[in-house]
Amino acid sequence: MLGYIIRRVLQAVLITIGVTLVVFVLFHVLDLQGGGVARAILGNRATAVQIAQFNHDNGLNLSWPQQYVNYLGNLIHGDFGYSYKLNQSVGSLLAQDLPKTLLLMSLSYGLAIIVAVPLGIYQAVRRNKIDDYVFTGITFIFYSMPVFWLGIILIVIFAGTFHVLPPEGPQGTNVGDLFSQFTALILPVLTLSLITIALFSRYMRSSVLENMVQDYVRTARAKGASNTRVLFLHVMRNAMIPILTLIGLSVGYIFSGALVTEALFNYPGIGLLTWTSAITKDYPVILGVIVVTGLATVLGSLMADILYAVADPRVRYTR
Amino acid sequence: MTLGPVPQDADAVLGATSVGPIDAPAEVQDVVAAYESRGVWRMSLEVFLEHRLAVAGVGIVIFMVLFCFVGPLIYQTDQVNSDLASSVIAPGAGHVLGTDTAGYDVMGRLMVAGQTSIEVGLAAALIATGFGVLWGAIAGYFGGVVDAVMMRFVDVLLAIPPLYLLLFLVVAFSANIVTLILVIALVSWLVPARLIRGETLSLRTREYVQAVKMMGGRGGRIVLRHIVPNTIGTTMVNVTFQVADAILLVAYLSFLGLGIAPPATNWGAMLSDGVTYIFDGYWWLIYPAGIAIVLTVVAFNFIGDGLRDSLEVRLQRR
Repeated sequence: MLGYIIRRVLQAVLITIGVTLVVFVLFHVLDLQGGGVARAILGNRATAVQIAQFNHDNGLNLSWPQQYVNYLGNLIHGDFGYSYKLNQSVGSLLAQDLPKTLLLMSLSYGLAIIVAVPLGIYQAVRRNKIDDYVFTGITFIFYSMPVFWLGIILIVIFAGTFHVLPPEGPQGTNVGDLFSQFTALILPVLTLSLITIALFSRYMRSSVLENMVQDYVRTARAKGASNTRVLFLHVMRNAMIPILTLIGLSVGYIFSGALVTEALFNYPGIGLLTWTSAITKDYPVILGVIVVTGLATVLGSLMADILYAVADPRVRYTR
Repeated sequence: MTLGPVPQDADAVLGATSVGPIDAPAEVQDVVAAYESRGVWRMSLEVFLEHRLAVAGVGIVIFMVLFCFVGPLIYQTDQVNSDLASSVIAPGAGHVLGTDTAGYDVMGRLMVAGQTSIEVGLAAALIATGFGVLWGAIAGYFGGVVDAVMMRFVDVLLAIPPLYLLLFLVVAFSANIVTLILVIALVSWLVPARLIRGETLSLRTREYVQAVKMMGGRGGRIVLRHIVPNTIGTTMVNVTFQVADAILLVAYLSFLGLGIAPPATNWGAMLSDGVTYIFDGYWWLIYPAGIAIVLTVVAFNFIGDGLRDSLEVRLQRR
């Protein structure tokens, strides 16, 4: 077990280093714009002196390997760069906005799983019957909807027609603020979880189907366990294990969905931050966000893999 | 599928539930033999046709393509010059789906916008899948260090949420149709690369590959002529899902105001114009374009689902 975890952690570290390398390359891709990195970040009005100063401050005159080492050193010290547009360090922006996005994502994950697990079991039991098809159709439609369009429809219904929920996400500087405006959280969370349910319920359905033909189910039945007992006590527990992997794998997907959701609901997380930075061409912020979301994705799949190994001991030996 | 690297093939990953061998009566075996003699492709087609949702998907895609590319020849509207005097007219006799805020006929706009969405979606999906298939086949065939380096690179890019990377690329290289296709392909080739690499690992041990090797066929030739063509099933399934993804990504970029600049448009851009007026009752600015996206994306997802089922028939026959 320990060996497996150590191997898996090393792999995660390697991928994280890879992500920083990619971001380093992206930073230098800005050179291709013609004016160089300094011009891209400081804007067209920057004077030659300012550009020389920028190049000096950021060590852009050094060799590439030297620059990369410096960049990595900065990251380790929590220095994610500086936003010249907002006059604030990228690190402080991330520290302020990341927890709010994580709140949105975890609530949405929770809701999606609460709905998808029973739905997947139900569909597996009713396999290839009319209601299985209907639910497959409905979940596929939600899955295929542009996130923002789904959000718009929810806004029109709940904020426009019935006036029961506010059309805008909660506002505030920290998670506590957002949590205190619970009604404003409902629509963004609903939007993000509805597009995710199909993902989990499809998986759950196949997983339950696969488990229902296993020997342990026959044994349980032979011992006289009722259908409900077999399904919810034996099958569900085993069928949910692959969902762990799916949660780990889908972190990147949910991050992307969160970006669009935050943009629509004006929800003050890193998605909204990335979007406003993209509009103002604030490259250091976007790159900082990419590093952090990449790290979060790596951590997500690492945790999922470790939990999987705890839940299903067979993994430790076969992988 | 929408935003990124999530395995869409739950059934494929988890494995289909298999039924053990059954001793059938002789006449049944004859029927089975007759059925099997009709060939793998024919059987795949039959399984596909039994998949009602997939057939519906093909129907919708054909309809959408005709609507967008042939439609403008029949339903002619001016989509170049705006006409502010006749803006936001409600649907009625003159304008089937009304007009938008610039006075463009919404129905005609839907056709023109659909052309861009479908073209970008198809092109990005084909490029991404083509590149991913080559990458995966090369990594899987050569193995060893080549494989390790190539696949770790894929792992690294998969760790970056695609939409964030896409925003950076679109802003750094201002968007026109060509750059849009390329950057969407750039964030989409990772999943096919992984899938094909896995398949190549088993293909390269096959007798016919070994035979070509013995006859002195070189690596490049084996990959291109013998491995890539044999991954066609997985590749086709993946292309359909990729088209669905790419159409959504184009829509997202337009909604975020970072897509193709006007006067060019696409379904996402139409929606993002309509969003401003959600509380004004101009429903025809929000629903037609949204429904067009959902229909097309759902259709491609259904087709992919059906193709995967019929592919499983082929795999079982091997």
